[in-house]
Amino acid sequence: MSKARQIFANNMTRENPVFIQVLGICSTLAVTNSLKNTFVMCVGLLFTLSLSNFTVSLLRRWMPTRIRMMVEVLVIASYVIVVDITLKAFYPDIWRQLGPYVGLIITNCIVMGRAEAFALTNPPGLSFIDGLSAGVGYSYVLLVIAVFRELLGSGSLWGFRILGDWWEDWAIMVMAPGAFFMLALFIWIVKGLFLKPEAKKEGAS
Amino acid sequence: MSEFATVMSVLFAAIFTNNILLTNYLGMCSFLGASREVKTALGLGAAVVFVLTCTSALNWLCYHYILVPLDLVYLRFIVFIVVIAAFVQVVEMIIERLSERLYNALGIFLPLITVNCAILGVSLFMVIREYTLAEALGYGFGSGVGWVVAILAMAGIREKMVRSKIPRGLEGAGITLIIAGIMALAFMGFNGMMTLN
Repeated sequence: MSKARQIFANNMTRENPVFIQVLGICSTLAVTNSLKNTFVMCVGLLFTLSLSNFTVSLLRRWMPTRIRMMVEVLVIASYVIVVDITLKAFYPDIWRQLGPYVGLIITNCIVMGRAEAFALTNPPGLSFIDGLSAGVGYSYVLLVIAVFRELLGSGSLWGFRILGDWWEDWAIMVMAPGAFFMLALFIWIVKGLFLKPEAKKEGAS
Repeated sequence: MSEFATVMSVLFAAIFTNNILLTNYLGMCSFLGASREVKTALGLGAAVVFVLTCTSALNWLCYHYILVPLDLVYLRFIVFIVVIAAFVQVVEMIIERLSERLYNALGIFLPLITVNCAILGVSLFMVIREYTLAEALGYGFGSGVGWVVAILAMAGIREKMVRSKIPRGLEGAGITLIIAGIMALAFMGFNGMMTLN
C-alpha cells in the first residue's frame, strides 16, 4: 500500500504530468477558458487514463512487443469513444463546445506515456492507481488555470457572473495568448517556489 | 465564390488566422520538444506537412465513402488513428527503400508523428466543419505549413536565446510557452484579413 501512496504523491508533485513532464499541453491550453468544460474534460481524461492503464496492464503478457503501440492506441481509442458517446447523449452542449478535443484524448501524450512507462511493467492494481493519480495531477493543474482564466476573462465561474459590472473583461485571457501566458506563469510559480532543486522533502501535498 | 477561391481562403486561413498551433494548440508536445534547433525543426516540419496533407485526404475518403454509408460514424476515432498509423508506417518503409539520405533526415521523426495531435486534430476538424475533399486537402496542407512557420520561428528565437539569462523556474518549457504566447498575439494581427467559416 505504501508503494501506491508513493506513486500517488509523485504524480501530484515531483512527476506531475503537466508542469514537470510538460505532457498533454494541447488540451491544457484549449479547454481551460471555461471551468465547466475543463471539469468535463478532466473527468473524461481520468476515466480514459485509469481504465486504459488497467487494461494495458492486464494484456501486457500477451502483447507482442512489435505491435504493442498499436494495441495501446486501440485500447485508448475504445475508451475515448465511450466518453464521446456518453457526452453526446447527456451533455450535447458541452460536447459541441469541446469539439475535437474529446477525440484528441487519444493522442494526449499523458495517456500513451503512462501506458508505455508504467502499465507495461506493473500489475493491474498499481497501474490503475498510477493512471488515476496522473489524471488527478493533470486535473488540478487544469482546474486552477481554468478558474483564473474564466474569472479574469469573463468575470464568471461555472457560467455564473461573479464579478460585478465594474469588472472590465480581459478578453486576452479567454483567447489563445492568455492560455500560453497562464500556463507559463503557473510553471514558473510552482517551480520557483515549491520545487527547489534536490529538495529532500517528500511530496508536500 | 468559386471552388478555387474557397480552397485558397481555407488554405491561407489555416496558415495565418487559424494557425493550428497558436490558436488550436495542437502539436504542442513536439513543438516544445523539437524546437531547439532550426535544422531539426525543419526536418520534422517537412514530415508533418507531407503526412498531414495525405492523411487529411485519406481520412476524408474513409469518412465519406466508408463510415457514413455504413452508419459507423462513431467509430471515426479508431479509423482515423489507424489510417494515420498505417500511413506513417508505409511511408517509413518506402523512404527506407528509396533513399538512405532522406531516411536518415526524416526517419527518426516519422514515428513521433503518429502521436502528434495536430494530425488527428486536422482530421477531426475537417469532419466537424464539413469540408469538401478539395477544402480538406487545402486545410491539411495549410495547417502543416502554419505549423512549420510557427516551429521555425520558435527554433530561430531559441537558438539566439541559448546565451541569455533566464529566471530558473522559467527555463525550458516556461520561457517557450511565453514566447509562444507573444507569437500568438502577433498572429492575431492577421485576424479580420480572412475567416474560416
